[in-house]
Parts: sequence; C-alpha cells; structure tokens
Amino acid sequence: MSQTLSQKLVARAAGRASVTPGEIVTCKVDLAMVHDSSGPRRLKPRLERLGAKVWDPSRVVVITDHYLPAYDDESRKIIQIARDWVKEAGIGAFYDAQGICHVVLPERGHLAPGMFVVGGDSLSPTGGAFAAYMFGVGATEMLGVMVTGEIWLKVPHTIAMDFDSRLRPGVSAKDIMLFLIGRFGMDGGQYQAVEYRGPAIRALSMQERMTLCNMTAELGGQTGLIASDEVTLGYLGKGEIWDSDPDALLLAHHKFDAGDLAPQVAAPHSPANTRAVSEFDKKVDLAYIGACTGAKLEDLRMAASVLKGRKSKVKLLVAPASLRDQQAAEKEGTLGVLLDAGAELLANSCGMCAGYGEHLLADHTVAISTTARNFKGRMGSPSAQVYLASPYTVAASAVAGRIADPRELLA
Amino acid sequence: MRAWVFGDDIDTDAIAPGRYMKSGIEEIAKHCLESVSPSFGFSVQKGDCVVAGRNFGAGSSREQAPEALKHLGVAVLIAESFAGIFYRNAINLGLPAVACRHAKRIRQDDDLEINLEDGKVHNRTTGETLDCEPIPAFLMTIVRDGGLLPHLEKTLARAPQR
Repeated sequence: MSQTLSQKLVARAAGRASVTPGEIVTCKVDLAMVHDSSGPRRLKPRLERLGAKVWDPSRVVVITDHYLPAYDDESRKIIQIARDWVKEAGIGAFYDAQGICHVVLPERGHLAPGMFVVGGDSLSPTGGAFAAYMFGVGATEMLGVMVTGEIWLKVPHTIAMDFDSRLRPGVSAKDIMLFLIGRFGMDGGQYQAVEYRGPAIRALSMQERMTLCNMTAELGGQTGLIASDEVTLGYLGKGEIWDSDPDALLLAHHKFDAGDLAPQVAAPHSPANTRAVSEFDKKVDLAYIGACTGAKLEDLRMAASVLKGRKSKVKLLVAPASLRDQQAAEKEGTLGVLLDAGAELLANSCGMCAGYGEHLLADHTVAISTTARNFKGRMGSPSAQVYLASPYTVAASAVAGRIADPRELLA
Repeated sequence: MRAWVFGDDIDTDAIAPGRYMKSGIEEIAKHCLESVSPSFGFSVQKGDCVVAGRNFGAGSSREQAPEALKHLGVAVLIAESFAGIFYRNAINLGLPAVACRHAKRIRQDDDLEINLEDGKVHNRTTGETLDCEPIPAFLMTIVRDGGLLPHLEKTLARAPQR
C-alpha cells in the first residue's frame, strides 16, 4: 500500500508495516525534549506522586530557554529545578543557556530522518524539517511519555503544500508560512500532517526548512514534514532518505508558484491576518529579531544583508536563537553588521517572543518582529501592536522606521 | 449549566497569559481570558461551561490554559473545534472537551445540559438539542479517572513491575 511520509514515520513508531489515517495507534517514542517551563518543574512533582522513574533517560533532552536570563526569585527557582532534576533523573543531554530548544536539538545532532519525537512545546513541528515525526504536547501528556515511553496518536492525513520554481531574492520561508496561514487560517492544518514539497522547498537550506515546519504550529497542523534529501544528509553528515510514495493518498494537494510570492506581513493580533508588504503604511517603534522562528544563523544573515552599511531608525533588538549560531555570526561578520546598524544584543533564549521574561513590549508600542505569534498581549502590553514578518522585512522596516519592502534595499 | 460564550481562535496566551506563567495556577486563573472578557475570571461559577467557536486553545502547549479553566470550576468545554494540543491537554487534565459544529447556536448565559456519553447538548433556554461529537471511549476513560495522572496511578498500581 502506498504511504505518505507521515504514515511511514508513524507506522515505524507503532511497529506496523502500514497505518491508515484516522486509526488510533500507540507509538514508541525515540526521543522526548522538554524545556524549563513545561519540563522539570511540572514533571518532577508528578513523577514523585506516581513513584515512577523516567523510562529511558538516554532518550530525554532537557534545554533551558524560557526563563533565561533569570531575573527574579521565581524564574531562578524554575531554572534551578531543571538543573537539579537532570542530575537526579540521570538525564544525559542537558543544554543550559545554549539557546532555544527547537534550534539546539538538531544543532547538537539529536534528530535524524525516520525518528518519532515529542517535544514539550507547541513549536516542536520544527523537527519535521529533518523528516522526523515531531510534535508538541503539554506537560501531563509528557509525563505519560516519561513513564511509559509511549504515546497515542490518531494517524494523520497528509496535506501537501507544493511550491514550484524558486523564491525571489528578499523572499523567505517565513513569507511562505505567513502566506499559507493567511490563506488557510490558523486551523488550516486541521491537526493533520502538513508536508512541504516541490522544487522551491528542495532549494531551501535546513534552517529555512526549519522555519517552515516551525510555523506549522500556527497553521494548525500536528506536524510539518519535509522529506529528507541530500541537503538534510549534508547537514547531518548521515541519515536515510524518507519520502512519501508518489501515489500516496492526500487529504489535499495545494500547488503554488514560489516565484509569485511577495514578502508578507501579518497585522495584529493573528498570524492569519496576512497581506503583502506593499499593502502596509505603518510607522514602527521597535524591530525584534528573535526566536526559534526568526533568529537562527540564516535569519541573522538575511537581516544583515539588508542592514549592511545602514542604520536602524528605531530600537532594534537581536536575540540570536542559539549560542552556536551567535558565535558563527560573530566569526563571519554577520553579528558585526547588525551591531553596527545599532542592534542591541539580547540573550540566546525565547525572550520577548514567549513574553515570560523581563523584556516586554510597553503600552502602545508598535513592533515588527521575526517571531511566530502576534496574539494580543503575548509579547507584553495588550495595547502593543505586533506585526510579523521575515528577517529581511523586519530589517528593512528598522531602516525605514516604517513597514518596508526589503527588495528595494537589496536591489 | 451556564454558558460563557467566546469567539474563534481564542489563543492560550488569552487563557493563560505568559507574564503569569511563572506563578501557580491560582494566580494564572485570576487572569484567565481577561483580555477577551475582563469579568470572566471572577464571575464564572463552579459547574459553568465555556462555549467557543473554531480552534479554541490555539497557540502554546502550556497546559495551564485548560488547568486555569478547570481551577475556576469550568465543568465542560464546547467548541466548534479545538486546537489539537489544547484538546489533548484538557482531556489529560480531566476536563471534558466536546467538539460541536452547532456551538455557535449557543448564546451567553444559556442553560445547558450535556450528556458526555452520547455527545448531546440540550439547551434548556431555547429547548433545542444539539448533536455533538462524543469524546472517544478510550479518552472518556481518562476523563472519568480525573485525568492522565490519576489514570496512570491506577494503571501503574495494576502493573507494579514496570
């Protein structure tokens, strides 16, 4: 029977030759990732109540990223619980203040094509860029995984998003996702598997592919997947090819020409509130380049290509998504370009995107941001207005002091 | 039970605002849905029910969102559709979530009677009965046990060798 990539990945984890969309299966988890907010502080007391231990500490990765930098007693306590618990539970893989979980996980070699992975964070579909079935769960569901090593799943249908030709200069994976969310809505993914395919997707780097799969959360898919190919194996240095059978049944097959796509901007307060950049005439007070969605090395490079030799007219904050990406950006000069443009450097953590920390948007601030969500009040004051865009567009808007088309500055 | 009615795409940042996430559930619950309905957190009564449109609970995986609703005494959630992670979280915390394509026929303060077994919602205010999707049997077992944690307590007690 012909199977989609998602069916093949779920079948493998369920110990079956094939699975059918809609059936309920129990899958063995290859890897479970948690961060400081949804992880140890909620798992530890519940494991104690059950008198249970982690099923396999070698299959658990803990990453601190939400309450960093810790700025008060409560946040310090949350981080300390994580540090203590990894020792107590014998967790081998602990990345403390190394960057945002979705970026650190593949960067440190924990993902490979074919794997079945759960993450204690909604943006976990990011891992699907590596042809791994990865999705987000809440803390109690994660407790179940920690105790049993298993999780139930309703086998998803596959929605294919097929992009022909190539993205134009100044247009990125972020623009693809804002376009799709605008077109199909925040529940367009119907909690099924969304598979990105076509020549324009094949032409993307791994970090751009991660941006696609990452924002599958805002599209409402359970996971976002991209078949592994030479780009995947080149990044990982090894791995297998996992792909859909050409004649496998799809719930929907949407076809687009990537060459037609202009930079996109999502207006407050929904990522689905998207239009082409040319339709905006709006002054901004602040530009934010941050988050797993929008501050990986590739994202910093995009911003730098616009900011080179220019100055930001507004407050420009940059929070590189991982320490390694920041170090690489520093070495190659990308970070220098951003700092010369007037950027203020923030910690390698979720920062303002999660709205958990010290840096929050003040009342009535108009911000343009590379992050994934502009829900009312998420990044600070409920009266703040957040526009979502690509690193190119955020950088161009910082230079102009208003929402601006990056293609004019890149020309 | 009294219905509290909300619109489409109510996100988890509205249900459990990020700036209170470092606190305990009592504090988070005080601010539950305050950006959408400022009086909800201190007016909702034990046994009330939350009714919403499409994609209720969109966004973050934070289970403090359904936990806050449960803490406030909300007994059942009814929505045209739920965001996937939120739905699983609600069930895992023992808070029944019923998908109902007719949810928008329910008005604020309507008096509802819900049969979780067959998925029928009787609106005592209007007299109509709405056919909704019953919660799948294997998930109803978790709801009946009070959530995944007590459910695991029961199943682990039966299989102590694990």
